[in-house]
Amino acid sequence: MTSTATRPGGPGARPRAAIAARTLRTDRWWVQPVGIAAILLFFIVYSTIRVFMAKWYYVEDYHYLTPLYSPCLTDSCVPGSSHFGTPFGEFPFFLPLGIVAFPIVAGFRVTCYYYRKAGYRSLWASPPACAVTEPHQKYTGETRFPLFVMNWHRYFFYLAFVVLLINIYDAFLAFRGPDGAFGVGLGTLIILVNIVALAGYTLSCHACRHVMGGRLKHFSRNPVRYRFWTLVSKLNVRHGTFAMVSLFTVLFTDFYIMAVSAGWFTDLRFIN
Amino acid sequence: MGTEKSQAAGAPATKRQFRIWRGDETGGDLKEYLVEVKEGEVVLDIIHRLQSTEAPDLACRWNCKAGKCGSCSVEINGKPKLACMTRMSTFTADETISVTPLRTFPIVRDLVTDVSFNYEKARETPAFAPPPGVTPGDYRMQQVDVERSQEFRKCIECFLCQTVCHVIRDHEENKPAFAGPRYFIRAAELDMHPLDARDDRKEYAQAEQGLGYCNITKCCTEVCPEHIKITDNGIIPMKERVVDRKYDPLVWLGNKIFRRGQVPQTSVTSEHSPGAVRTPAAGPPGFHSHAGASHDPEAEAQAQAGVNWHREVPKPTAPTLDETGKLPLTELTFDRPAAPSPFGEDVSFPLPPEHLNYAHPEQDKH
Repeated sequence: MTSTATRPGGPGARPRAAIAARTLRTDRWWVQPVGIAAILLFFIVYSTIRVFMAKWYYVEDYHYLTPLYSPCLTDSCVPGSSHFGTPFGEFPFFLPLGIVAFPIVAGFRVTCYYYRKAGYRSLWASPPACAVTEPHQKYTGETRFPLFVMNWHRYFFYLAFVVLLINIYDAFLAFRGPDGAFGVGLGTLIILVNIVALAGYTLSCHACRHVMGGRLKHFSRNPVRYRFWTLVSKLNVRHGTFAMVSLFTVLFTDFYIMAVSAGWFTDLRFIN
Repeated sequence: MGTEKSQAAGAPATKRQFRIWRGDETGGDLKEYLVEVKEGEVVLDIIHRLQSTEAPDLACRWNCKAGKCGSCSVEINGKPKLACMTRMSTFTADETISVTPLRTFPIVRDLVTDVSFNYEKARETPAFAPPPGVTPGDYRMQQVDVERSQEFRKCIECFLCQTVCHVIRDHEENKPAFAGPRYFIRAAELDMHPLDARDDRKEYAQAEQGLGYCNITKCCTEVCPEHIKITDNGIIPMKERVVDRKYDPLVWLGNKIFRRGQVPQTSVTSEHSPGAVRTPAAGPPGFHSHAGASHDPEAEAQAQAGVNWHREVPKPTAPTLDETGKLPLTELTFDRPAAPSPFGEDVSFPLPPEHLNYAHPEQDKH
């Protein structure tokens, strides 16, 4: 007969059913956390390398600027990539050129309610899957530093929305040929798809849903905000999908621009 | 029923392997059973068959067999589920099916656990606060305003979300401070209620219910048999409402500088009432006061002493009659825009507890 109660029980607590197994789940519950962990770690490693690489982020002929470096606000940026001027002057070599926007979008993703689920489950195993005992002895959740910072998601959302507008502006600039006239290439389309995914991700955010109308007690007194809330609620159902899709589109857009900029292959041009 | 379906369910009346946890608080183990399974049956049917055949002393809790009473919550193959809503056709014919009691709560016997933790937490959650100046019968709400709350009213209190939540499932020590997903959606339901008069539910959820312990891993939503979007529609909106008041960096900075804007120390947010189930030191193990933690020492003491169920309670006044001495039958013939209260016009709800009286099943023991 098994004698140990399900962890933790604790001194003084009435005993629970004595089941020694960590979980009795028979499905492959570990597949999803392992898969998500692989994706997240890959993105973290890739983006860290790219952010500190400080080259191959701009294609001058077609005005392709990678989202990881936009906006580029220093004198260290290659000519033409600073659409908003260079208020910060020259950067030392160790400061990433995208230092203004990258912490914002990274913070937006880290504190995002979808990535919190994904990260806590796959990177921190808290819990690794539903009804699977977590390995940690203590748990205080998001009640104290540093994890209560997760509650600042709203303010990352406001800032990320501004970054989204900058990205949309970048996409407009990418409709350009080498002679300065209108042009469309494969890179332009990739940037466009990325913008759609980023907009879907940003607008379907739970914080967006809250500020649009979720905070109201009476929808009937605010019919316009109710309509916005309804719209965001429809998007919000797919927030996790947008989160993952936009992660890959950002990655792919950056890779494509890096490849074209480095001359690994040339951009496929449709118009000009 | 198509051939494919009957194949999926296994051939009618086959034998299937089960592992069912048998035991009590002194210990227990998974016991193997080979049970007959017929087409169209659910796990609860198999438990009943076991009770009527080789395990007549197998304890399980059940009631409606229709997924609406929330009694037959167990863990099937490690996943919290309603036994009456888990079809045998969802398992393969050679699969051994384990049935265990809810892991988060103290065991009573076999598949029955003591879920009183949840009722303690329910009692601690402040009830609906009637709006001032509106009498019962005059409540008017627009559908658009109540539909968010109505989603949470689908809850059947099966406590599957409570048992799956790792905050208390894996950490017993968090039980005093954490109310659980079911009570977060209760708080959300009332905070979104167009007529609820309380405005401190956000502070309550944060300070007393332990909303900050939730890390949004969404297992509560995954197991909900009523498919309530507990996390997306209940917990996250409540977290955002707390953010409105508590985690706005500008407000926080202002509070630090000017030492203002502290959460008022009302009876629900006082530091010394950590929203607790009874600690072992406060009484013999297994004893429940049925007073929850009302945070009112007098009411708590009275509840501990036991209620005199034979006491006199004030009689309600008679309802308002019309000039013919009768109760107005319809709103059309009544001078108010609603039917009259059968309890009399001076009664407001909820009734004060000291005015309630009913025959308690254990009244003679007091």
